[in-house]
Amino acid sequence: MTLSLVFEQILNGLQSGIMLFLMAAGLTLIFGVMGLINLAHGSLYMVGAFCAAAMAGWTGSFALGLVAALAGAAAAGALIELVVIRRLYARDHLDQVLATFALILIFSEGTRWVFGSFPLYLDVPEALSGPVSLPGGISYPLYRLAIIGVGLAVAAGLFWLIGQTRVGVRIRAGENDREMIAALGVDIDRLYTFVFALGAALAGLAGALVGAIQSVQVGMGEPVLILAFVVIVIGGIGSIKGALVGALLVGLTETLGSVFLPVFFKLFMAPAAATQAGASLSSMAIYILMAGVLVWKPSGLFGSRG
Amino acid sequence: MGGVMRRELWVNAALWLGLICVPLWAHWAGEPFTITLATRAVIFAVAAVGLNIALGLGGLVSLGHAAFFGIGGYAMGILAFHAQNYQPLFEWPFVFEGSQSMPLIWVVAFAVSGLCAFVIGLLALRTSGVYFIMITLAFGQMFYFFSISWAAYGGEDGMLIYVRNGFPGLNTLDPIQFYGLCFAVLSAALLVQARLARSPFGLALNAARQVPERVRAVGLDPVRLRLLAFTLSGAITGLAGALFADLNRFVSPSMFSWQLSGEFIVFIIIGGTARLFGPVVGAMVFVGLEHLLGGLSEYWHVWFGALLLGIVLFGQGGVIGMIAGKARAHD
Repeated sequence: MTLSLVFEQILNGLQSGIMLFLMAAGLTLIFGVMGLINLAHGSLYMVGAFCAAAMAGWTGSFALGLVAALAGAAAAGALIELVVIRRLYARDHLDQVLATFALILIFSEGTRWVFGSFPLYLDVPEALSGPVSLPGGISYPLYRLAIIGVGLAVAAGLFWLIGQTRVGVRIRAGENDREMIAALGVDIDRLYTFVFALGAALAGLAGALVGAIQSVQVGMGEPVLILAFVVIVIGGIGSIKGALVGALLVGLTETLGSVFLPVFFKLFMAPAAATQAGASLSSMAIYILMAGVLVWKPSGLFGSRG
Repeated sequence: MGGVMRRELWVNAALWLGLICVPLWAHWAGEPFTITLATRAVIFAVAAVGLNIALGLGGLVSLGHAAFFGIGGYAMGILAFHAQNYQPLFEWPFVFEGSQSMPLIWVVAFAVSGLCAFVIGLLALRTSGVYFIMITLAFGQMFYFFSISWAAYGGEDGMLIYVRNGFPGLNTLDPIQFYGLCFAVLSAALLVQARLARSPFGLALNAARQVPERVRAVGLDPVRLRLLAFTLSGAITGLAGALFADLNRFVSPSMFSWQLSGEFIVFIIIGGTARLFGPVVGAMVFVGLEHLLGGLSEYWHVWFGALLLGIVLFGQGGVIGMIAGKARAHD
């Protein structure tokens, strides 16, 4: 157990946390502005990854793959908003859950139909492959470091968009009082489609970036979706800041827990039992974290509504 | 209103008789596969009846009921696993060898999943609405990952139980006799739900769903009512899990999968929310479609998804609503 290992795991936790943020930010925006719970957000993550893998495989360019992921996921998001989601805003949560569950079935099996059941692989671009030396003699994969950078940049851009721009003003106004901003002449339908497509693009970007580390396959989105829900419960619904803090907490807890809990148990248990106990406890760590937040602050760390 | 109610009663009676006659016919005609399909549908129906107590009566959209289904399954798996391997489950305060007896397994499955539902409910009911959906989904996933990491009971591979568990006086290996058991459990669950809906508790729960303020004003605590409903709901779904494990003689983490939680809700919606036989119809339609469409196309989930989307967007009231008329007067 060296300090460099600890540092490396902290970076891994940051990396998975920042990717979770891209998912959770879209979900929380969509809920905050439109009051919609979207289970199909994981499908948009998957769409992004598949678009990137297909485009990168075809052209050989990772950058074009990322463009395809953003465009493909945003287009898929805008399409389902116009055709399906729009009819759900006035419905109760049960109908929203069911309709977006149906969308998952359609997206997942549709993708399997087009691409087959075997996973696709998206290669890390040449320029970003290999390790990089960090101060203190730590060697860390350059690509993962780059994703942390991209994620932080997108997070900053999102805060700027929501906080400083005219669109952001409308989005925040839409969260507070949709009738009023419609009365003030804002085209609320277009705003909703925009917010949904924006959330979809963020999910698609995350899917493509993570797709180069893991494999690109059907069903890859739902585990991330559920983690993003945990993030939102911890951070508080509708809060971008909450999504960021929650995502980093979940990413770090999950990564550090799976590495260090078995080590911790070995201090006072037999190795085999310690490995088992560590694995079991670390599989539950983030849910225990969520339960703790629920007991302490039921509406989340930054939530205003219960 | 009276006419609609009576028509629903007739539809329910016809369905119940159908659930007796069709498998008996299949038994007589020598078609054991039809009996297995019917058993599968009946077990799913028990799970959905359980969920309907929380969802239909209590208005609690739980997207984590597969957790209780899986806990019931693992209760059966663990008891039978120890019995078949002759390794005592525990030796203190007395030696317990595990068990392959259904009545005991059912009691354990019911109690343990009810206990877990109580704890999850205690946490999740601190919130409501969309938070509740996300939290139940997350806790369901927690059990999924825990079962994968639990190497002592098969981890990712699950557990195979070689011989179906026994029931005093019956040969459970005979498909029609096992079906009869599952059907009896379903009938009991339906009876519980029907009695519950008319009991003071059920009426208070229904009121807590519609106007919690007034329920509070007469001195009842809506959260306690919901917690009780959620606990009972989880326990019944857990019982269904034990039956399902016995049908397949196999338990694995897939019993905890979140898709299954979604499908339980789908059963209720296809059949019609807050209808007594809604979950039964939904489970039958689902198992039927799974069999028919699954035979036509490998990608039947696409068509099923499209159908579900159509039902949610355009058809309210579910199948029972279509046959027996619009929603009941008090809704």
